[in-house]
Amino acid sequence: MKTYYSPSHEYIKVDGNIGYIGISDYAQHALGNVVYVDMPEVGDDIEAGEDFGAIESVKAASDLIAPVSGAVIEINEHLIDNPRLVNEDAMTNWIIKVELTNPSELDDLMDEEAYKELCEKEKH
Amino acid sequence: MNREFYGKLIFELSKPGRRGFHVADNRLPEVDGAIPANLQREQPLQLPEVDEPTVVRHYTNMSNNNFGVDTGFYPLGSCTMKYNPKINEEVSSHHAFRNLHPDTPEMAVQGALKMYYELQRALSEIGGMAEFTLNPYAGAHGELTGLMVIRAYHAGRGDDARVKVIVPDSAHGTNPASAAVAGLDIVEVKSRPDGTVDVDDLRPLLDGTVAAVMMTNPNTLGIFEKNIPEIAKLVHDAGALLYYDGANLNPMLGVARPGDMGFDVMHINLHKTFSTPHGGGGPGAGPVGVRAGLEQYLPYPKVVKNADGTYSLVTDGESLGKISSHLGNFGVEMRALAYILSLGKENIGNVGPLATLGANYIKESLKDKYLLPIEGVCKHEFVFDGLIDKSTGVTTLNIAKRLLDYGYHAPTIYFPLLFHESLMIEPTETESVDTLDDFIEVMRKIADEAATDPEMVKSAPHNTPVSRPDDTEAALHPVVKYE
Amino acid sequence: MSHRYLPHTQADIDRMLRRCGVSRIEDLYSDVPEQLLFKGEYDIPSEMSERQVREFFNTLGDANRQLVCFAGNGFYDHDTPAAVSYVISRSEFLTAYTPYQPEISQGTLQYIFEYQTMMCRLTGMDVSNASMYDGTTATAEAMMMSVAHARKRNRVLVSATMRQGVTDVVATYARYHGVTVDIIPEKDGVTDADALAGMLAEGNVAGVIVAQRNRYGIIEDYTGFSEKCKGAKALFIMNCVASDLAVLKTPAEWGADVAVGDAQSLGIPLSYGGPYLGFMCCTNALIRKLPGRIVGKTVDNDGRRVFVLTLQAREQHIRREKATSNICSNQGLMALFVTVYMSLAGAEGLREINRQGEKGAHYLARQLTSTGKTTLTFPDKPFLNEFCITTTAPASEIITKALEQGILAGVALDEHRMTIAVTELQSKEDMDRLTEIVKAL
Repeated sequence: MKTYYSPSHEYIKVDGNIGYIGISDYAQHALGNVVYVDMPEVGDDIEAGEDFGAIESVKAASDLIAPVSGAVIEINEHLIDNPRLVNEDAMTNWIIKVELTNPSELDDLMDEEAYKELCEKEKH
Repeated sequence: MNREFYGKLIFELSKPGRRGFHVADNRLPEVDGAIPANLQREQPLQLPEVDEPTVVRHYTNMSNNNFGVDTGFYPLGSCTMKYNPKINEEVSSHHAFRNLHPDTPEMAVQGALKMYYELQRALSEIGGMAEFTLNPYAGAHGELTGLMVIRAYHAGRGDDARVKVIVPDSAHGTNPASAAVAGLDIVEVKSRPDGTVDVDDLRPLLDGTVAAVMMTNPNTLGIFEKNIPEIAKLVHDAGALLYYDGANLNPMLGVARPGDMGFDVMHINLHKTFSTPHGGGGPGAGPVGVRAGLEQYLPYPKVVKNADGTYSLVTDGESLGKISSHLGNFGVEMRALAYILSLGKENIGNVGPLATLGANYIKESLKDKYLLPIEGVCKHEFVFDGLIDKSTGVTTLNIAKRLLDYGYHAPTIYFPLLFHESLMIEPTETESVDTLDDFIEVMRKIADEAATDPEMVKSAPHNTPVSRPDDTEAALHPVVKYE
Repeated sequence: MSHRYLPHTQADIDRMLRRCGVSRIEDLYSDVPEQLLFKGEYDIPSEMSERQVREFFNTLGDANRQLVCFAGNGFYDHDTPAAVSYVISRSEFLTAYTPYQPEISQGTLQYIFEYQTMMCRLTGMDVSNASMYDGTTATAEAMMMSVAHARKRNRVLVSATMRQGVTDVVATYARYHGVTVDIIPEKDGVTDADALAGMLAEGNVAGVIVAQRNRYGIIEDYTGFSEKCKGAKALFIMNCVASDLAVLKTPAEWGADVAVGDAQSLGIPLSYGGPYLGFMCCTNALIRKLPGRIVGKTVDNDGRRVFVLTLQAREQHIRREKATSNICSNQGLMALFVTVYMSLAGAEGLREINRQGEKGAHYLARQLTSTGKTTLTFPDKPFLNEFCITTTAPASEIITKALEQGILAGVALDEHRMTIAVTELQSKEDMDRLTEIVKAL
């Protein structure tokens, strides 16, 4: 699986036309203790660049922006009772699983290296 | 004080059969079956059963766990926590106003209408505006109302393309929120290092889609926007209106008026500049003023003075609509008028300069210990970016909590967002130099403690009624009522 | 610069100026362009002594008439126990800031927690916020909440039987927020359920707002409404008069998603329109969509039960331009007011207050109709302590005539209809006097 990143700190791990979307480790760290993840319903369509939910910590709330367009085929139900899984391991604990409708959108995202650079820049 | 006993919730003091209030019987015939059974309450109502002495002790003991302006000094930036005069309280509970129903015919409430009119006129004079509405209930409600005025104005000219509001990134958080509620898109304009608006950054943003530019002057760093005449001209040339966030009006009292600076619409927080109590979070009041030519868009009802000296309630056909039950938080408005009358034209002009003097005095007395990112004079408030010596890891939050141990409220922290360790201090003119000296001494002591015993500062507060609460647990598993 | 609110002596000022490195206070404003400086004095009254301020307000007060109040229309003339006024005037509550520093704000935080609990019990709902400005704006906030919840749908239906004052404020907010408000017609004084079904079927509905006690004083029957709304995925929002809920079926029992209204009826003085108190409660499912502040229970470092503002990330000061509400300061002290009021009155007291009003209103309605000059506008509909009459003489004439006798007879709805409300405060003699006035028309 290849991992791509968006400038708003979501990642998508892609396996064929299936993608797992979550927030990056950098993002979970910046948010602090996650207390709630507002997720869409299975069957909802998401659109690249549009918000599909929100994530809340004690000190901040942030929209979740879809890195690609697609249909939600699963949500990570573990996050309902235990949103702190995002803090424990953001890269494993994805938020939604989607079926991509336009895989070419992946070309607009960053790879690991480009994303690292972005994070370095934002730290200053 | 018996904290163990009275530290309970009122529900835990309940005993079946106790009562704290009785009403007399009107001796009229009983009514049976007026309300059909299927419209009646099913679940029995569970309220505490307590007597009056228990209720009074319970709440009196609770009040002892609270800090207020009458307890001590609030160096709380952008909140203008000045002294709340006691005569204001007395007049606001005047029996001749207390029992007035909002639907009482005008002829029977002439005193109340005059009160509203007089305050409206005084605020118009102080703001340099043509007219004020006192109907908004709080500062944020005033912002929303002001933006509705602006939208009604553009709509009145048949200009539907103006859907954006420009807000500096140093603005109060309510500005963008109010704009969003008013159905406007927010465009942020980056500020210069001192938080002031960069005219060159603003200019290209001003086009036919901009409804208004919202500004706070002085801004949230306590810096006066000296380019305001130029900004006003640019905004007006682009066909937009200039909005004044009155949260920082206090230092301008007697010095300069928003209307003269070129602002078209403004709001005032009566619980800041005009001394009405904060009440632990309301009731406030957020009157909105407009320059000549915009009066007709203000919300209804409005109070007008007739040629014969009487007062009437009117509804203007072009009004933006109704935004409150009646004329706003009337009791709060009475307090503000009492304050204005108590100071009068002879003294109200000293309020701004003395507030500014106090802020500069603190700033100059602490800048060798705390990092002052913007040199030069400030107005009513200023911002430190934490301690100069950051090597100990003592943060702004730690300093704020340590201040509680010394009997002071914390300053505003982590706002504005322009610095990592913002510590925003505003003393107000009602604090004596003795209070300021003591506060300065405490702040210096904390700076020393941060160097000698950082762990102690980091684990503050130590002397407050309770210690630090677990916020994460509260948000993770919300328990928002007693069960 | 000497004044009772300004503690600075000239010596203090001189010392402060020296520290600031300037010689005159004006120098602290050297950055303000000369042409902006305000010269001279404001055109406002001269300074008054405390006694003069008191006299000024006494004179204003003399220009208000003290009336026996039969006006309702959402706001009711109830008695206020002295202990309530005493508690809310304690400066530790009155002069406190918003409880952002929980270590020194447990007083405020605890009463909000008690308030939330009482409002949940009164409405039957799961969650209450820490208050809203008033019942009209609370209803408008519920309208925006339903639209935010529905994401794409932006049409809200409001019953024609809603009090005009509420509908007007909802309509204002809706117009600027980009929400379409459609009015559900009324039929025989109550919301037309068949019309609602048709409007829901048209689609795009985010919320349905109805009044439990409507603009005519009628207690409406909302059987089937909750199911209809659920079927259309619209939030069912019920506007209530807080004191009614001690005896009436609760919004939760009606299946409402959101309960809003004014809590003025819990002993808050009429004060010519404010401060009052808006309340807003919802189901657990909507807790994170609920605007305004919420206090939650947690523990402190030493394991003690303490209270904090919680779910604050929802608040606009963090989530700026995505806000669906901008409320910050609400009516904090008025939440304490009704908390103390409900503690003193208890459930039994509230029921008793309702019973007195109900007895009075039904007596007065009979007396007024017996004059032959008025009829009950909706004789078959149930009411508690407020009713609507149709008058042969213009309603305004009744109000004018009664005013001459020191009575506020009610609120005119239109030329020949008016509502009249009775609480525990009006006596049989007052009602008989009003009846005589109507009879003499």
